[in-house]
Amino acid sequence: MRNINISKICLSLAAALLLVGIASAQDSHIKEPNVTGHADAGKPLYYRYCWGCHGARGDGNGENAPYVTPTPRNFVQATFKCRSTPTGTLPQDQDLYNTLVRGFNFTNMPSWAALTAQNRADLVAFIKTFSPRWKTEKPGDPIPIPAEPKLTIESMKHGGELFQKLECWKCHGQEGRGDGPSASTLTDSNDQPIRPFNFTTSNRSKCGRTNQDLYRIFMTGVDGTPMPSFADVVKPEDAWDLVHYLRTLQYNSPSPELALWMSTKEGHDIVEAKKVYNTNTGSGINP
Amino acid sequence: MRKSHVVMAGFAMLAASAVTMAGPAGGTVSGKVTYEGTPAKMKPIDMSKEPSCAKMYSTPPVAETVVTGPGNALGDVVVYVSAGAPDEAAPSTAAIFTQKGCRYIPHILAFQVNQELKISNEDQTSHNIHPLPKLNREWNKSQPPGTPPISEKYDKSEFIPVKCNIHPWMHGNFAVLKNSHYAVTPETGAFSLANLPPGKYTITAWQESYGEQTQEVTISGSETKTVNFVFKAKPY
Repeated sequence: MRNINISKICLSLAAALLLVGIASAQDSHIKEPNVTGHADAGKPLYYRYCWGCHGARGDGNGENAPYVTPTPRNFVQATFKCRSTPTGTLPQDQDLYNTLVRGFNFTNMPSWAALTAQNRADLVAFIKTFSPRWKTEKPGDPIPIPAEPKLTIESMKHGGELFQKLECWKCHGQEGRGDGPSASTLTDSNDQPIRPFNFTTSNRSKCGRTNQDLYRIFMTGVDGTPMPSFADVVKPEDAWDLVHYLRTLQYNSPSPELALWMSTKEGHDIVEAKKVYNTNTGSGINP
Repeated sequence: MRKSHVVMAGFAMLAASAVTMAGPAGGTVSGKVTYEGTPAKMKPIDMSKEPSCAKMYSTPPVAETVVTGPGNALGDVVVYVSAGAPDEAAPSTAAIFTQKGCRYIPHILAFQVNQELKISNEDQTSHNIHPLPKLNREWNKSQPPGTPPISEKYDKSEFIPVKCNIHPWMHGNFAVLKNSHYAVTPETGAFSLANLPPGKYTITAWQESYGEQTQEVTISGSETKTVNFVFKAKPY
């Protein structure tokens, strides 16, 4: 009897060890802050906070999903909007973690900054168990972001020329209001209508608000949406010029770029002519 | 002397006939794809929002979701061996997909798993190439005028709709197939799948709005079997 008990304990210990071994294959590694997440610890958190929208199977078909637009992310497909990696590749763990901290502005996805860093890292590890892609593919290599060059008037003017040349205005509109000629026809990869970012109302784009974030967004593209990657067609110095120009479209979000733009007569006249400076403006809220 | 010449000539003839015999390895499946009923009338495309493309046409081009020819022939149908043939390694040649006049040329591009896909832009306007796969990785790339071709490949067999978000009328399809036994029908609806070793095959015909049909066929020797497909046209 006693022997049997001991062997039972041994067996269950072995099983537990095995489980730990399997779980460690489903970890997430976050550099900032330095934490390691575990899928088994993320599971109860997911079924407490996330499954209402993202669904029990992680396919984006949760109970609330029919009432949510844009639709909740489908973790089985594993196409993610905010990445540091090239279009079509899996994101880094850090990208998913940052998304949890930030949330998605103008959507139903809130910031999860209220959770602990460990909680968020655990959730990232668990989310990765929904798609087989995480087992067969490696995340992409982050697109390098060179140091931001000095801000000049010329840089912003050149950025404006690129805005024309690359035809950003076809969707985002000549004044960056998200009302370009193609805007009304856009749909995301779930066939849901989607609006281009309206620069005039906010500087809080979905994938971050810093200059580096802006740079990253048009280099990586926003997968699952009409926003393509420009990584293969725009040189890094041109991309920075474009970032500087985009800030001058954000009339109501003070920035060093806007201040410098407004200090020139030309820039001041352009902004004043639109009669939108310091007003509540734009063609509507962002999607 | 003379005798040996005659014998040698005889050998030469035999050898030549052996070479010609070796040419058609296996059998052929050929046939025609047609429709019954009335297909929807294809609407002219309004390209007025993109003048650089609109001026390339004297009369506006029509949509290509259903391409028909004389005698109820159905074009742009992918006919391929969906079962019975082994998977093949990708050929070294690239499949070429061109954006010209704000349209995709060809409208349906069939190629093999892991075959190089080269996409180029011959227009004076920026396009974004946004294929919408379900099994493969989804990517979305911008291609302004004068930029080098985009090189990509797909590692799973799938029919993938392709669109340009900037020009919403632009619509095409990639057919990523597992072997080289495929054809995309021209307006005559005719197709021919050659070099099929003896065996039992499933032939599938796929049309982007009418769906797909399959037929079984057994090939023995170097015979040619006829397989025809008839799709029911949707009037809308």
